[in-house]
Amino acid sequence: MGQSRVIVVGAGPAGVRCAEVLVAAGIKPILVDESRRDGGQIYRRQPEGFTRSYPSLYGTEAERARALHQSFESLRSRVDYRPETLAWNIYDRQLHTVSAGVTKALPFDALVVCSGATDRLMPVKGWHYAGTYSMGAAQIALKSQACAIGRQVVFAGTGPLLYLVAAQYVKAGAKVAAVLDTSSLWKRVRALPKLAARPRVLLNGVSLMRTLRGAGVKVVTGIEPVEIHGSDEDGVRGITYRSQDGATHRVECDAVALGYHVRPETQLADLARCEFRFDAETRQWLPTVDQDGRSTTPGVYLAGDGARVLGADGAEIAGKLAAWALLEDMGHPVPDAERAALRREREAMDRFRQGLVEAFPWPAEQAARLPDEAIVCRCEAITAGELRRVVNQMGACEANRAKAFSRVGMGRCQGRYCGHAGAEVVAAAAGIALEKVGRLRGQAPVKPLSMAVREEQE
Amino acid sequence: MTGRFVRLAETGRAPVRFELDGAPAEALAGDTLLVAVLSNARSVRSSEFGDDRRAGFCLMGACQDCWVWTAAGERLRSCTTVVEEGMQIVTTQPEGSWAKVA
Ligand SMILES: Cc1cc2nc3c(=O)[nH]c(=O)nc-3n(C[C@H](O)[C@H](O)[C@H](O)COP(=O)(O)OP(=O)(O)OC[C@H]3O[C@@H](n4cnc5c(N)ncnc54)[C@H](O)[C@@H]3O)c2cc1C
Ligand code: FES
Repeated sequence: MGQSRVIVVGAGPAGVRCAEVLVAAGIKPILVDESRRDGGQIYRRQPEGFTRSYPSLYGTEAERARALHQSFESLRSRVDYRPETLAWNIYDRQLHTVSAGVTKALPFDALVVCSGATDRLMPVKGWHYAGTYSMGAAQIALKSQACAIGRQVVFAGTGPLLYLVAAQYVKAGAKVAAVLDTSSLWKRVRALPKLAARPRVLLNGVSLMRTLRGAGVKVVTGIEPVEIHGSDEDGVRGITYRSQDGATHRVECDAVALGYHVRPETQLADLARCEFRFDAETRQWLPTVDQDGRSTTPGVYLAGDGARVLGADGAEIAGKLAAWALLEDMGHPVPDAERAALRREREAMDRFRQGLVEAFPWPAEQAARLPDEAIVCRCEAITAGELRRVVNQMGACEANRAKAFSRVGMGRCQGRYCGHAGAEVVAAAAGIALEKVGRLRGQAPVKPLSMAVREEQE
Repeated sequence: MTGRFVRLAETGRAPVRFELDGAPAEALAGDTLLVAVLSNARSVRSSEFGDDRRAGFCLMGACQDCWVWTAAGERLRSCTTVVEEGMQIVTTQPEGSWAKVA
């Protein structure tokens, strides 16, 4: 093959493993990542000058983290690695990137998007107060900056990260005021057969609970968050939740980490005109991919949590499978036996993923109960009441119309943190199925660019 | 005023001096600007759609809730910018700068 122009977006587990397979086949991909360093979310590296050990940073995943970082180091001279570079648009088979104020258009024959995930959020009244952070943010503060987000931190929401990050805080010496899970213990027990598909991960989960219990942390399941209390000037002061028996309880704190598992970052797939389908299980729109990550747009592949949330090990596998799919489509040989084995391994992970979805369900029903004065869009302080008004008075029952009228989803986060909940609010107010609300279209630039950008030719 | 974030480890790094709303402030080498500001103060900016102060939300460059400005009027995303010696940071939006840009 001549010089195939192959670009990989994302240097997390999926992107690094993908690049590795491409390099082994004699291709030198361009590897674009917005971060300063490789590793992605879970294997995020601390800045130079920090000295914590792998076990203290990555716990049970220390060896996997080290292996991924080492693979990346050995690839470095054989890929065209571009850190601190945002991929902000895809148009006419060119990937548009920006780095240090310079934009470039990179033509590609094949593109693998390994863009990872961000926290999935359900609003709660008062979540706009300073001191409310996403679950991922709480983890990043610790992992990459050795900080806690507050003196008394409440972890609220649901999902595996809820217990993981709370336990990481405890181990690092932070004060955890409470862990409040919207899912019930019963749901977790019922999901056990599926979760048993990955015994090691399940056991890790159990040991997190033990860490929290050992530290005397209050853990309450089956709750519904009612309100985060605070003041405009000073931010968070406490949180009130309703327990299963209907009683309300207040916990004092100066920070709340909030999250409901994660959602794929699909803007680039959208800009590449990939088709999406509604996933009824998780109540969201996901890009359509085949078992190896081929999207519906020829030459565009999607791997890792950016296509479907399978976690870090699943992302490594998906990265390899996508690379082989790409190579196969370009006429290269691929190792059939190894591929078949990885596909099987991924099936077990998918079963585990389903278990997680059932154990820690997205609390869709909360959207209908959000009080009118609760802010849905943190960016522009737009309330649930305003969103309901555009549905009831203006008949805007489709996501993009409701966005145009209410501006929910138009702010600076571009719907990342309000999009899913906003759609639930619209569906409930209109009395229609979530699927009928449709999905917010991704728009370029995928993140705000600074005003001073100039264009350069490659 | 006390800071919002609490340092749990890695406190042996070299100090970095910067200016926060005109007053001298100290951070550590390798801090993001967000951590530098929030280890000295309770928030990094005001919401332009309400009266409330904000302190970032995602820490991963996705929400844009952590913008600060330099004294010269440049906008910085504080969670993905590293603090530098001598930076002059303001947490209120300078007059005439853009509220929102695409
Ligand atoms: C905040 C957070 C914390 C998590 N913590 C854990 C954890 O502790 N344990 C666990 O098992 N799982 C965790 N997860 C799940 C985790 O995402 C996966 O396990 C794993 O990191 C997925 O790997 P990936 O390669 O698909 O994506 P990621 O590791 O997320 O890597 C994606 C990379 O793509 C880059 N990128 C994305 N969009 C662009 C763009 N437009 N331009 C340029 N670069 C871009 C990002 O900078 C990032 O480096 C976490 C997820 C989130 C969101
Ligand atoms: S805190 Fe979200 S972009 Fe900085």
